[in-house]
Amino acid sequence: MNGAPAMEVIRLQQVKKAFNQGRPNEFWAIRGVDLELEPGRITVLKGPSGSGKTTLLSMIGCLSRPTSGRILLGDRILSGLPERFMTEERRRTFGFIFQQFNLIKGLTALDNVMLPGCPLGGDHRALRQRARELLGRFGLEDRAASRVEWLSGGEAQRTAIARALINQPRCLIADEPTANLDSRLSEAFMEIVAGLREQGMTVLLTSHDPLVYDAPVVDRVVAMHDGRVVD
Amino acid sequence: MKRLLRRQACLLDFTLSSLARRPGKNLGLLLVYGLIVFLLASVMLFTDALRSEARQVLARSPEIILQRVVAGRHALIPAGYLERMGRIRGVTARHGRLWGYFYDPAVQANYTLLVPRNRRIADGEIVVGAGIARTRGLDRGDFLTLRGSDGTARSFRVAERLEGESELVSSDLILLSEADFRAFFGVPEGLYTDLVLTVRNPRELRKVAEKLTLRLPDTRPILRDEILRTYDAIFGWRQGIVFVLLAGAILAFVIFAWDKASGLSAEERREIGILKAVGWETSDVIRMKFWEGAVISLSAFLLGYLAAYAHVFYTSAALFEPVLKGWAVLYPEFRPLPRVDGLQLATLFFFTVFPYTLATIVPIWRAATTDPDQVMR
Amino acid sequence: MRPSARFALFIGLLTTLLSLSLLDAGLRGGDAGDRIARMRRQVEALELTDLALFTEARYTRNPTQADWFTPFQDHPMALEHFPSGSLLQPPALLRRPR
Repeated sequence: MNGAPAMEVIRLQQVKKAFNQGRPNEFWAIRGVDLELEPGRITVLKGPSGSGKTTLLSMIGCLSRPTSGRILLGDRILSGLPERFMTEERRRTFGFIFQQFNLIKGLTALDNVMLPGCPLGGDHRALRQRARELLGRFGLEDRAASRVEWLSGGEAQRTAIARALINQPRCLIADEPTANLDSRLSEAFMEIVAGLREQGMTVLLTSHDPLVYDAPVVDRVVAMHDGRVVD
Repeated sequence: MKRLLRRQACLLDFTLSSLARRPGKNLGLLLVYGLIVFLLASVMLFTDALRSEARQVLARSPEIILQRVVAGRHALIPAGYLERMGRIRGVTARHGRLWGYFYDPAVQANYTLLVPRNRRIADGEIVVGAGIARTRGLDRGDFLTLRGSDGTARSFRVAERLEGESELVSSDLILLSEADFRAFFGVPEGLYTDLVLTVRNPRELRKVAEKLTLRLPDTRPILRDEILRTYDAIFGWRQGIVFVLLAGAILAFVIFAWDKASGLSAEERREIGILKAVGWETSDVIRMKFWEGAVISLSAFLLGYLAAYAHVFYTSAALFEPVLKGWAVLYPEFRPLPRVDGLQLATLFFFTVFPYTLATIVPIWRAATTDPDQVMR
Repeated sequence: MRPSARFALFIGLLTTLLSLSLLDAGLRGGDAGDRIARMRRQVEALELTDLALFTEARYTRNPTQADWFTPFQDHPMALEHFPSGSLLQPPALLRRPR
């Protein structure tokens, strides 16, 4: 967003990911992906469930490491970073919206939005102010003090978006963002995403919802099947 | 530094909000935890205060008491023993002491009858301790009738009450004249209950005691040191008994607390995953959990200790006086001197705050090192 | 107010009370020095040896003056203090044959 350094290109080189490696139930979720993601664009990873799009997304977002291959942000290698620096990237570069929203129950919407800013040790009042502004931007100012389990599906998702944006990331990552929304709310979500792109944010989505990958704002759709990109 | 503080404050914020999600459960925990600390601290403060009071007050009791032992039992000692022991270096004064017990069936209490040496009491008069005065409803000028060893009832006029302040040592005392004492108990002239020896130099005590046992083989010397040590042992032991009684409750709590603190529910595990996914470091998660343990245990410690302080020094440990002091009809009314031993307080702190806080951190370590991408699955 | 600020205030208050309790112990303990001194004088004058806490029997009223063989006394040198004598050994010094 404003003031943040411009996002660099994300490059994936021969990325592979195995689960339970070396055991009888070994499973290769990603079987060699080469991909280049332009900054400032909206990219959708599309494919049936089990095609590996969520796994790929979590590797790009530094939530997990590839078994082999490299992921680069600009000319920095993300995939080989130690845990501390991975966390740092998650915190600074990426904002996450999860399929289940993954808000922390029992806390207020405001508290949830402020969570990622907590370990940064910035000024608390400023953080709170920013969280309020973000909630206001998504029409949630009067829900700020509500516990998240009292929010409707759409409100919960907008809270999750606000949380993803609190640390002013350069890249927004959303896993199946519309899976729990009706079509009206899905369209509203895509409008928000379009707005973020306007501001120069890179957006990375996974979805098998045509409302998402057929949306006019989407710049690029990457189809996946069985852990490979099928273009 | 500022950054670090802000960070901790923010983590603490989160911890408190997250504790506030289950107010009933966590307040209950705090209450039980605080109660345990309260009981432990009460026992600790009370026995320590009593022990120190005994040590201070009895510091002036006789240096050596010489008892005659006949067939293993305490017997009256003839005045002749005073000469028989001969000159012993270091003994500056020696004399016989007259005292004994009297069981008063009227109130089912034991009195201690004593002939004071430094004070004249007229025949037919007595001075009573505050405990007796209270129990029998006695005041100056009243008469107290007791049945002597020969079966005849004797009336004594109460000349004075001992001041209430010193109840801890004088609650059950009746002071009377030597003639009355001998007549009442039928103790012939020339016999004493025991002998008291004054030794000014404490380094000579052992030597004196050794000489006494050699020259008067049928006697037993009791040193002031032994008296004080006995009191240390008594209160140490009574404290121990209460701790043993409490042990069951403490164990139950430990199990409960361990389960509560160390058990990581699926929900908590998921939350940690979320926190890590949104950019919390493993160390942040551990710090947050540390705060969770610290908030509960520190509050419980402080609340429990303060309640115990008020309980012991402002209500005279009303809750378990009977256990600690034993039972007595002529129970002395007294408030122990407020006294807090820093080391004991530190020990209490260490044993109440640390284990719980550790128990909250240990399991989190495992969960916090798991991959954050679980939240995506 | 932030929860952490409220908590800090709460702990600060309790810690202050704790300090006050230490202060109180110091002050009142000092004041009562007179009382202790008077009791000590009485102990000296009347040649008392024990606290009047347990008056139910002679081996508890004057635990230090008991017989060598009193009920519940397991060791002749164990100055009896019922019923602890059955659990507690006499001081090592006393167990040494003299």
